[in-house]
Amino acid sequence: MIPLSHYLILGAILFSLSVVGIFLNRKNLVILLMAIELMLLAVNLNFIAFSHYLGDSAGQVFVFFILTVAAAESAIGLAILVVVFRNRQSINVEDLSSLKG
Amino acid sequence: MDFKQLVFYFFATVLVFAASMVITVRNPVKAALFLVLAFFSAAGLWLLLQAEFLAIALVLVYVGAVMVLFLFVVMMLDINIARMREGFGEYLPIGGAVAILLVLEMAIVLNAERFGLKQMPDPGQLAADYSNTRELGRLLYTVYVYPFEIAAVILLVAIIAAIALTLRRRKDSKYQDPSRQINIDPRQRVRVVKMRSEKKI
Repeated sequence: MIPLSHYLILGAILFSLSVVGIFLNRKNLVILLMAIELMLLAVNLNFIAFSHYLGDSAGQVFVFFILTVAAAESAIGLAILVVVFRNRQSINVEDLSSLKG
Repeated sequence: MDFKQLVFYFFATVLVFAASMVITVRNPVKAALFLVLAFFSAAGLWLLLQAEFLAIALVLVYVGAVMVLFLFVVMMLDINIARMREGFGEYLPIGGAVAILLVLEMAIVLNAERFGLKQMPDPGQLAADYSNTRELGRLLYTVYVYPFEIAAVILLVAIIAAIALTLRRRKDSKYQDPSRQINIDPRQRVRVVKMRSEKKI
């Protein structure tokens, strides 16, 4: 018997690992996108754990939608990445400063 | 410790290990491969939670499509890894501190006192004829049919946006323009020149 709190804490660990990933790899756009995917995975794990323990399938439907949106997001993100690389010959976040933000 | 717990702890350990490798490994290709491992072990955990359809969808959609896309892009680009790693150690202490704080905060809230087996008992085994796919399909096509259609539109928008962003016309490539070929006027191609015939010698 695995209590729900184990799943929730596993999700929390996964989420904070990806936050650290964003801290550490601030310059590499590809790893940043991967860290975002990991975050979404942690959120999905929480959704499915609650759906199982509460006996409500609506949580799984939401995971389905999150998967859809995440796939769309990573496809567009990688397309933008390719365009940036074509124009700048680099995907370093520091080189993307033409907006002077 | 029964078999379910053993499986849970094994997959959780592999998941955390793979996630920490994703964020620390030097080579982006290796990071992508470790992300595949992370998705696989997450799919195993979802199977344990009796979400069979989503576990298979995660492997098919994420490992099969999205991660292959990631690998394609990473291998197409020529990335200077050494420059990317600048400041890695610099942010390690503050990043680690933030992570430990986050985990501690969430562990305080999500501990076994509030979400233990007493408050949330394990629902146990479902009936033998219960089909997770049928249940999800029933929900998707009745209650959530409108969000489902919107999700389809989002995917369409993503396809069009990705193609429109990356499509480019190179100036030096030679191609035919059929509409210009058809709409041409014969007089632009053939010129009838009137001139006197040559004299006989």
